[in-house]
Amino acid sequence: MSPSSDGTQLSVSGANVIWKGTSIGTISDLDGNFTLPYNTSYKQLIISYIGYKTVTIDVDGSSDFIKVILLPTDDLSEVTIKTRKKATATSYLAAQNIMTISSDELLKAACCNLSESFETNPSIDVNFSDAISGTKQIKMLGLSSPYILITTENVPSVRGAAQAYGLSFIPGTWVESIQLTKGAGSVTNGFESIVGQINAELVKPLTDNKLFVNAYGSVNGRLELNTHFNVKLTDKWSSGVYIHADKRGEKFDNNDDSFLDLPVGNQINIMNRWQYLNPEKGLISFLNIRFLDDQKQSGQIAYNPSLHKYGGSVWGSEVNTIRHELSAKIGYVNPELPYQSLGLQMAYSYHKQDSYFGNRKYDIAHRSFYSNLVYNSIISDSRHKVKTGISFSHDAYVEFVNAFNYSRIENSLGGFFEYSFDNLDNLNLTAGVRVDYHNLMGTFVTPRLHARYTPWANSALRFSFGRGKRSANIFTENQKLFVSSRSINILDSNGPIYGLNPEIAWNYGVSFLQGFVLFERKADVALDYYKTDFQNQVVVDYETPTEVNFYNLDGNSHAHSLQFEFNYTPIDRLDFKSAYKYYDIKTQYNNGELEQPLTPKHRIFANVSYQSKATDMGRLWKFDSTFNWLGAQRFPSTIQSTEEFRLPNYSPSFSTLNLQLTRVFSDQFEVYIGGENITNTRQNNPILSPDDPFGSNFDSTFVYGPIFGSMYYTGLRFKLN
Amino acid sequence: MKTIKYTILFTMLTSIGFAQNKNAKANFEVDGVCMMCKKRIEKACLKVKGVKSAVWNVETHNLNLIFDERKVDITTIKSKVAQVGHDSKGFKATDEAYNDLHPCCKYRDEQIKADHKSN
Repeated sequence: MSPSSDGTQLSVSGANVIWKGTSIGTISDLDGNFTLPYNTSYKQLIISYIGYKTVTIDVDGSSDFIKVILLPTDDLSEVTIKTRKKATATSYLAAQNIMTISSDELLKAACCNLSESFETNPSIDVNFSDAISGTKQIKMLGLSSPYILITTENVPSVRGAAQAYGLSFIPGTWVESIQLTKGAGSVTNGFESIVGQINAELVKPLTDNKLFVNAYGSVNGRLELNTHFNVKLTDKWSSGVYIHADKRGEKFDNNDDSFLDLPVGNQINIMNRWQYLNPEKGLISFLNIRFLDDQKQSGQIAYNPSLHKYGGSVWGSEVNTIRHELSAKIGYVNPELPYQSLGLQMAYSYHKQDSYFGNRKYDIAHRSFYSNLVYNSIISDSRHKVKTGISFSHDAYVEFVNAFNYSRIENSLGGFFEYSFDNLDNLNLTAGVRVDYHNLMGTFVTPRLHARYTPWANSALRFSFGRGKRSANIFTENQKLFVSSRSINILDSNGPIYGLNPEIAWNYGVSFLQGFVLFERKADVALDYYKTDFQNQVVVDYETPTEVNFYNLDGNSHAHSLQFEFNYTPIDRLDFKSAYKYYDIKTQYNNGELEQPLTPKHRIFANVSYQSKATDMGRLWKFDSTFNWLGAQRFPSTIQSTEEFRLPNYSPSFSTLNLQLTRVFSDQFEVYIGGENITNTRQNNPILSPDDPFGSNFDSTFVYGPIFGSMYYTGLRFKLN
Repeated sequence: MKTIKYTILFTMLTSIGFAQNKNAKANFEVDGVCMMCKKRIEKACLKVKGVKSAVWNVETHNLNLIFDERKVDITTIKSKVAQVGHDSKGFKATDEAYNDLHPCCKYRDEQIKADHKSN
C-alpha cells in the first residue's frame, strides 16, 4: 500500500516481493495482495515498486498476514531496469556509428587484456604483428591501430610510445565497457583519429564489486591473477585498488624453428582509483594512479640474456616497459540547469621501453601531459546542444635506434566547437570543428560531421566525414621491423618528424542498420561502407626483402572497407552474429601501386553464444564460439631474394575456431574453460631463415596467421558485493 | 493607508520580477505509458518557443520543465501537450488528438496500462 497525497492509502498492484538472498518472489495483485511460501531460512522480505522506496522487513514466521506501506522516493536515481540486453549493440539513435561492447561480451574471450577482447567482434581485426614478439595488433576499416584513436574514459591513452604494446597493458577485467565508433569521430578528443575511436570505460569504485578475483591458467604456461578491492569510504568518496599480475613462464617451440612461439615474461599492473560523487552540488570526480612493469623475453629457445646478449651467436630479444600514470577528472553539472556542465580532464604519463632485438637496440621514453576542458550547454532548447572547449598536450620523446637519436618534443594547443541537433524523431547530426596549433605540424583546421536519419521504423542511415592529422611514430608503430635483418631507411629529410611529413587523411562513411522480425524473432542487418583517403601518408615499404623504407606518399593511397552484418536471435538466449568484410586498400609505393600487404581482401566472421535459463539459485551455463575465415593475403615482394627465401605472392586462406564454456554457480562464483584455435591452424615457417638469425635473410615480419597452434585455458571468477 | 499601498506595490513588483525568470521550473503530471509517449510529450514541449528542457518520466509520469517565463507560460505548454494527445491536470486532450495516438500509447485504456506494467 502507498500513502496518496491526501493521506489515504492506496493498494499497490505490480510491486515486486522477494525473499532476501533468494530468487523466490512474486508480484502483488490488483488489490495489492500477495502470497509467498515461507521457510524458516527466510529472514527478510524485500518489497519494491518503481517510484517508491524499497522496503526490507524482518519476518519471523509468527504471523500469517503482513501489511507493508511503501513511501514514494524523492528521486528515481536508484531505479534499474532489468531486461536482457545484448552484449554488443549498435545504437539506432546516435549520430555516430557507435557499437557498445558490454562487460558480458568481454567475458566471452576469457583472456586477458584489451587487445584480445575484440576477438568476438566483427568490426575489429586482431592479428599477430610478427612471429616473435607475440604482440597482437588490431585493425579497424583495414587500417592499423595508429589510425584509431584509443582512449580510456575519453583520455587518449594508447598512443606515442605506448602504441605497439599499450592495448596489452590494459587488463580485461578493468574494462567495464567499450565503445567503438567507426568513422571520423568527435572533435572533442583531438585531431588524431582517422578511421575511428575505441573508448574503454574502466570499472568504477562505486559500482564495481567490493571484491573480485579472477585467476586464469593456460596450457602454454600463462598464469594471470586479477584482483579488485573497492570500498565506499564516505557517502561521497569511494576508492578501488586493481591489481593485475601475469607470468608467461614456459618456453614452447611447437614448430621446431628454434624460436619461442610466444615470448616469456611477467607483468605487474596496479591501479588505484578514487571516485567522488556529490549529486546535490552536481560534482563528480575521478583520480587515478597507475603503475606498470612488464618484461618480455623472446627469440631462440637457447637464448640466455646473461650469456648471449649482443653476442651474435644466439638470437634473443628483451622488451622491458615501465609506465606511470596520474590522471584526474572533474565534472560539474549545474543542478539548477542540468543541461549545463563543465568537465576538466588532466592526464600525465611516463612510458619507458628499453629493448633490444638481436643486435639492434631500441629505447624510447615518452613523457606526456594532456588536458581538456569541455563546456556543454544548449542553444535555445535541448534539441540544440553545444560543446566547446580547449585542449593542450605536451609530448616529449627520448628515442634511440641503435646510436641514432630521434628525440623530439611535440606541443599542441587547440580549441573546438561542436554542435548537435536532434529533432527527437528521425534526424540528428553532430558537426564539429577544431583549430590546433602544433609546434611541428603548424596550425590546422579539423572538421568532422556525423548525421543519422531514420527513414522508417527500426532503421538508421548514417553519414560521416572528417579529417584527421597525426605525426607517425615510425619506429614504435612498426616495431616488428626490428625482428628482421632489414636495413632501415628514411628516404625523406625535409619533414618535421623523422624528416617525414605529418599524415593527413579524410574519412567518408555511410552505414545502414535495419532491425526486423524474422519468424517472430529479432534480427538485424547492417551494411557499412567507409573510405579513407590519404593526402599524405608515411609509407612503410617492405617491398625490398633486405630493406624497410619510410617515405612520404607520392600519389594515391586509399582504403575502402565494406562490411555486411547479420545478427539474429533464433531461440531464447541464443545470439547469432555474422559478418562479411571486404577490404580494398591500395597505396602508391616507389615501385608502383600495390595492395596493402598482409591484409585479407575477404573475411568472414561468425559467433554463436548461448546462455541456459538460470535456476532458482542463479546457476546457468554459457557457451560461446567464434569462427573466422580469412582470405588470401599479399606477401611483401620477395622477388629479389634468392630462391630458397622467396615466398608466393599470396598466403593461403585459413580459418580458426574458438570455444568457451562457462559454468555460473551463483552470482558470486563461476568457472570457465575454453580453447583458442581448436582446429590447430598454423602458419608454416613463420620465420624466414631461422637457422641464420644474424644473416641477411632473417625475417619474421611475414606473418599472416596463428603461430601457436591450439591453446586451452581455464579460469575462475569470484565476486563479492 | 499610505504604508499599505506601498507594501502592496512592493509585493507586486517582486512577484513580477519572479515571474520573469528566464530559467523557470515547473513539474507536473502528464498522462502517458511508454517511451513513445515520452518522445511525443518532450517533443511537443520543446517545439514551444521558450521551453529549454523537457524531461518526462515514464514511471512517475512527471514532466520536468525548464522554460523562459518571459516567452511562454505553463498553460501554453499544457495545451500543446494536450494537442498531441496527452492529458495533464486541467487540460484534457480532445478525443480526436487522443485517437491519433499509436495503439500502444492509448493510456486511457486500462488493458494497455496493465500491459506496460507487466513488461
